Amino acid sequence: MNTALLIFSTITLAGAAAAMTLRNLIHCALAGAVAFLGLAGLFLGLGAEFVAFGQVLVYVGAVAILIVIAVLLTRPARVAGESPRVEPWLPGVGIGVLVTGALVAMVKASLVARSPEAVSSPAAPVKAIGEQLMTTYVLPLEVLGLLLTAALIGAVLLALRDPGEARRP
Amino acid sequence: MSTLQSFLIVSALLFGIGLTGVLTRRNAILVLLGIEFMLNAANLNFIAFWRFGPNPEALTGVMFALFAIAVAAAEAAVGLALVIAIYRHARTANLDAVEELKG
Repeated sequence: MNTALLIFSTITLAGAAAAMTLRNLIHCALAGAVAFLGLAGLFLGLGAEFVAFGQVLVYVGAVAILIVIAVLLTRPARVAGESPRVEPWLPGVGIGVLVTGALVAMVKASLVARSPEAVSSPAAPVKAIGEQLMTTYVLPLEVLGLLLTAALIGAVLLALRDPGEARRP
Repeated sequence: MSTLQSFLIVSALLFGIGLTGVLTRRNAILVLLGIEFMLNAANLNFIAFWRFGPNPEALTGVMFALFAIAVAAAEAAVGLALVIAIYRHARTANLDAVEELKG
């Protein structure tokens, strides 16, 4: 792993850790956006340009903004001294550490440790991606469009006011 | 340590951070953010295996990551709408306080 990818990994992990530990919700959302940006850098370094730009558009552009707006809309009355974590928090952290440890141990013990370094640097040209989307993956693409439409309508319906409430002036 | 392995370890750490956040944070929005981190860790695995796999010209990993990003966007939209609906009903986004489905 070269220096640029190392820096992007550090940005991603630090941003994610900050997003999950900070007290202020807005700070958490912005740290999450930094983590998503770091991941886009990793994708770019791995040669998947289209996925990297999709990540920036969808995550940094849409999901992060959505989260900030949700935080603003649900801003709770500040309760002094209330912990941002569930009590007791130790079992949750324990499970997280256990799962991470198991994953890292498995990666270290697996066959990929002996996999040769890639000699060629494959690219994912947008032309090839578009051709595959229109041929091999055309059915999943259409289903995805349907899913996004359903999610859009569902989100609007869920966030609408109650019918009785809306009729009031 | 091979390059693929170091990417898999970064992805495992990101997944662990997301999982710990989901299990320990109180606010529903941050639980959703933790889920997004776990999904992104899976995407990083897809891209890393595509990059260092034996058949990169098939573009399978890239396609899977693209579809995963789109599905995650739909999930985030519906999830945050649910959080807002719950907040309007229960006046809190605190998961400890929302413990019954019946209003």
